[in-house]
Amino acid sequence: MSTPYAKLPAWADYGLIPVINLAVAFIVAGFVVMLVGENPFRAAVILVEGAFGRGSGIAFTLFYATTFIFSGLSVAVAAHCGLFNIGGEGQGYIAGLGIGIVCLAFDSVLPWWLTFPIAIVASAAMGALWALIPAYLQAKRGSHIVITTIMFNFIAASVMVYALVGFLKPPSSMAPQTRTFLDGAQLPKLNWVIELFGAKIRSAPLNICFLLALVMAFLVWLLIWRTRLGYEMRTYGHSPKAARYAGISETRIIIIAMMISGALAGMMALNPTMGDQHNVALDFVSGAGFVGIAVALMGRLHPVGIVLAAILFGMLYQGGAELAFEMPAISRDMIVIIQGLVILFAGALEHMFRPYVQALFASFSPRSVGIEAAKGKGA
Amino acid sequence: MAQAAIELIGINKSFGAVRANRDINLEIARGTIHGIVGENGAGKSTLMSILYGFYQADSGEIRVGGKPASIKTPNDAIGLGIGMVHQHFMLVDNFSVLENVILGAESDALLKKSIAKARSELERLEREYGLEVDPDAIIEELPVGLQQRVEILKALYRGAEILILDEPTGVLTPAEADHLFRILKQLKEQGKTVVLITHKLREIMAITDKVSVMRQGTMVATRVTKETTVGELAELMVGRRVLLRVEKGEAEAGAVKLAVKNLTVKDQRGVTMVDDISFDLRAGEIVGIAGVAGNGQSELLEAISGIRRAVSGSVMLDGKPIDLTGAADPGELRDRGLAHVPEDRHHVGLVLAFEENENSILGYHDDERYLRGPFLDIDAIRNDAKDKITKYDIRPADCRLKTANFSGGNQQKIVLAREMEQDPGVLIVGQPTRGVDVGAIEFIHKRLIAMRDQGKAVLVVSVELDEIRSLSDRILVMFAGRIVGERGPEATEGELGLLMAGVEQREAAE
Repeated sequence: MSTPYAKLPAWADYGLIPVINLAVAFIVAGFVVMLVGENPFRAAVILVEGAFGRGSGIAFTLFYATTFIFSGLSVAVAAHCGLFNIGGEGQGYIAGLGIGIVCLAFDSVLPWWLTFPIAIVASAAMGALWALIPAYLQAKRGSHIVITTIMFNFIAASVMVYALVGFLKPPSSMAPQTRTFLDGAQLPKLNWVIELFGAKIRSAPLNICFLLALVMAFLVWLLIWRTRLGYEMRTYGHSPKAARYAGISETRIIIIAMMISGALAGMMALNPTMGDQHNVALDFVSGAGFVGIAVALMGRLHPVGIVLAAILFGMLYQGGAELAFEMPAISRDMIVIIQGLVILFAGALEHMFRPYVQALFASFSPRSVGIEAAKGKGA
Repeated sequence: MAQAAIELIGINKSFGAVRANRDINLEIARGTIHGIVGENGAGKSTLMSILYGFYQADSGEIRVGGKPASIKTPNDAIGLGIGMVHQHFMLVDNFSVLENVILGAESDALLKKSIAKARSELERLEREYGLEVDPDAIIEELPVGLQQRVEILKALYRGAEILILDEPTGVLTPAEADHLFRILKQLKEQGKTVVLITHKLREIMAITDKVSVMRQGTMVATRVTKETTVGELAELMVGRRVLLRVEKGEAEAGAVKLAVKNLTVKDQRGVTMVDDISFDLRAGEIVGIAGVAGNGQSELLEAISGIRRAVSGSVMLDGKPIDLTGAADPGELRDRGLAHVPEDRHHVGLVLAFEENENSILGYHDDERYLRGPFLDIDAIRNDAKDKITKYDIRPADCRLKTANFSGGNQQKIVLAREMEQDPGVLIVGQPTRGVDVGAIEFIHKRLIAMRDQGKAVLVVSVELDEIRSLSDRILVMFAGRIVGERGPEATEGELGLLMAGVEQREAAE
């Protein structure tokens, strides 16, 4: 029997519901702020002003967003193929190894615009390789991708410690990090773009990786909705049985989707290393791979949504740092709580308010139509 | 005239812009069996869901036993003595009958007392209504007919005076269906009221006292069953005259297109589902495979179409072998001219979350026509989808609409259009009209016969005996994984029914 359904207009689906989720997250966060004895409204003002109030705030927000765009896209590509890649953290971290080797080898001989493409390829290749093993195990052995990718996060962390302490750090150094890259591996900043609008920026790490992230967002859109491969991935993602019926090889599609996902996760390592710190340091990914999961969910697995969600999380990172600075009662951990609430309401509880919104819509528009027609019939 | 058990007055219900029920008035007399028929999407299920408390009507009134009733949840409905047997059983497979019956009606935290009480109550109900089931049997070990009995017992145990059955015979053999009807008659004699929702008009004629017909959300007519005919009901349902049996000429069978020899297939658990089956399928004929669901037909189809790996046996397509025990792949078979309309269009034949046009290339997405290099040729795909929509009268005619939003009949047309328009030499079709309304059934049957007349080989698997008999040039009956008999289209229903129940084998052995 057919199931009747209530459909929402697109603007409510993609606009209203995320806004409601976000509002609820901030209201609950507001209570948390009140609990520690601060004024939630002032906190909100500081947060937003910190993120968007000044030129450098905007630059920092977009810098953080850059990394999240990559990791969000990575999660989304796998999710379209029905795979939950939570190994972005490890795939991004291990990509630092490729970047480190490329930069240390070429930064003294090549200009940045030659080192950069090589480093892009190296980071993507390392990330893809790190995703390949879990993908192969899933496709051939049925080992669950969630388990294997999370295990590989730990392996990546250990490998990176080994590499950084072993051969990547300069022999004389005590710090587990590479030497500072020379000009040949330092990416140009984009702060001048913001300065065009009249803002003043003393120093901020926003760099051309942001543009690369936007290009990748477009390419991911192209891949998912406009190519045969994307079609096959979506088919498998929605229904493995239908994919089998359509003659799509399960092994092939899982491995390809995971490698693309891993490559995107790998590319997120470019931003903090070549773009900001100009070295590869211990734990430089610092959780961005996991934030990508929330970004992808909140962006509803669509590149446009992911870019917007990444900017939101960039704002929370940057504004949160300002908040911790301005309001001593609010520590860094409190910021993490606020971020957690956003993830909770926008990601995990994404559909919590949907039924109510649907009921609201159903009770407004169609009913009036229905009653009118019924009256017409009676007369 | 008996007092009304249920009265529905001016019920309206809309989902978004869809008006599922408009101004429905219905009166069901106490102690009768009342049929409700209508095509898919006519609003039968919605109406019953309102009565059972799954949905709230936008306006209108429900009266139970003459008193206005407010039914907000299924619990309210149960409290008013309304019970429902769903099309898909709501049973816990690994629980016993007794445990399922008390589920949700336990009287205290420790089950011992509840079970003891339920056991004696169950025995009384079983005696009274002829509903014998072993209370300690595990559900998954029971045949479907008995599982349904458990559902009925569940409703009666909760004190149901009014029993709603939603498409109860879809999964039953003819014999099981007959038994069900005897039970329903007995319930009626005991003063219970039965509401039977179905699209099978023959059942309506056989068992109901009154029948109401729904079409496009409205109640178009209520008739006393004795005073109406199948033809009239079908016409009321569809709104025009319908051919209940397709006209077709003699088959001109040609060369063997598909030769199946000693095919054996096992399911995931390693149980042999298809046991050493051999048959030929010729050009220009329709071969029907009849059988009760679960006797290996699904596995047979999956094996032949390359979805499921066979254990042993050989299959020749156009005289050349296909490696069904090894590397055969649905894509390869498609390239060689074997098209497959799968039984389960929701999970296999279609991706419901896709737009219609995306589904119209599923399986053929490798075709150069739909591609420009690695990219999909969106214009070509959409134009192709639009052509098929026109040719197969798929409604609504919107190739960008999500497939889940089409009715069952139109979804099936999407699959058929895709597979038939590839001009395959062999077409295998599983349950061509399951969940499809009467108007579309006629269309689909005509198309299948047109395929045959073009000299294609068509294999149809269906649990609808009427369908098999009206379409097939030859009928193979499957029972427990084997072909237990071959008959011509003139075979009677009783004869096929016995074969389907595996009876003839036993008789032959005696």
